[in-house]
Amino acid sequence: MFSNRYIFIYSTIMVVVVAVLLALAATLLQPFQDKNIRVERMQYILTAINVESTVDNAEELYEKHVTEELVISVDGEIMGRFKDGKMEQGSRRAFDIDLRTELKKIKDGGAVELPVFIAVNGKDTLTIIPLTGKGLWGPIWGYISLKSDFTTIFGSVFDHKGETPGLGAEIALPEFQQQFVGKKILDENGQFVSVQVIKGGVKNSKIPEIHGVDAISGGTITSNGASMMIESSLKMYVPFISKKISHE
Amino acid sequence: MSNGNTNRESAFSAKNLRLLTAPLSKENPITVQVLGICSALAVTVKLKPAIVMALAVTIVIALSNLITSLLRKTIPPRIRIIVQLVIISLLVILVDQVLKAFVYDVSKQLSVFVGLIITNCIVMGRLEAFAMANRPWQSLIDGIGNGLGYGIILIIVSFFREFLGSGTVYGYQIIPESFYAFGYEDNGLMILPPMALIIVGIIIWVHRSSNKDLIDKS
Repeated sequence: MFSNRYIFIYSTIMVVVVAVLLALAATLLQPFQDKNIRVERMQYILTAINVESTVDNAEELYEKHVTEELVISVDGEIMGRFKDGKMEQGSRRAFDIDLRTELKKIKDGGAVELPVFIAVNGKDTLTIIPLTGKGLWGPIWGYISLKSDFTTIFGSVFDHKGETPGLGAEIALPEFQQQFVGKKILDENGQFVSVQVIKGGVKNSKIPEIHGVDAISGGTITSNGASMMIESSLKMYVPFISKKISHE
Repeated sequence: MSNGNTNRESAFSAKNLRLLTAPLSKENPITVQVLGICSALAVTVKLKPAIVMALAVTIVIALSNLITSLLRKTIPPRIRIIVQLVIISLLVILVDQVLKAFVYDVSKQLSVFVGLIITNCIVMGRLEAFAMANRPWQSLIDGIGNGLGYGIILIIVSFFREFLGSGTVYGYQIIPESFYAFGYEDNGLMILPPMALIIVGIIIWVHRSSNKDLIDKS
């Protein structure tokens, strides 16, 4: 039979071999995975401005449509600008900033850098704002693009890590996202009201139709999560938006 | 099962082929051995993830069966379950990483379920019951057979759940819009996990009543 000594040596070698294999695989595949994530992020941003893209042409379309990347502070001051492939101001590209990690810094009291993307659509300048929040099972995120009045939504995109297929996962479908087009995030007085996702339908609620969309049947917690995500994320951009509006 | 008297046996002998075909019907891991039910409930809402899941599980069972069989004489019996788990986890993580690197959209669809292959009872079951006692080639075939047997049930269940629950098959609209205009509605119950259990139950019923070998003697 096998001695204790053999068992110890056997398990030690096994663990080392497996660890080496996994580390090797992770290192070798990392560049491919990073590229996928970058392309995916470009595709999200393009979808938010209603530009259809595929994995192959995302990079090209992104460079064509998204003209500027801004990094702003919570007070709405521009801290960084990336334009025409060059860093004009600051040191970090908005594209490389993960909103979720930035939000964690708020808790620790650090300075937060918020990413904003500017795209041109014909004569209109679109402002694309990233969103991040919680669904039922895990993180949800998205992007919303605003027309040059900084009030009307031009397009939106949402995605999730692991919401229930057929229920909460429907937030990633165009049917849900199309509802946001033309809704307004500010009221007539320029006050921030966000766009609510309403269970039972926006028509049956007290909220004006221009500030709400229908929730997903059977996906209430995900819908509420999306609603909160839109409100809390956009709220951080309100100083930036008001500055922009008063400038014009 | 094989008995050590297989020295000059050809690779595709009748006995070896039986290892491949038996799990498809008479020894089906889901409907006869009732293993792997958990994931059969989770990934069968739509056909596409079910097919990818079936492929992923087949690859993991086949390769882990092969590796375990190659190592079977060196594995100390006292820690064999740990060794089997390490082999399975290694393969599952590799599959997950490869999916993430090369078919990112599919890997996103499967999300947590790929990780859950580790807990799939069929994989552990085959390693413990077959690969620990059989030669590598037979183990590989047995793994592929069981993976496919699992996959077939997954595909049947997800076909009915997607068809009745969403009116689509593989994402394509099958039930015409005019049906909905007449008041037909998708069955929302089909999307929920309990219906997978009921469909699996119906498959077991049909399977047993059509196959005399499976009917209890008592």
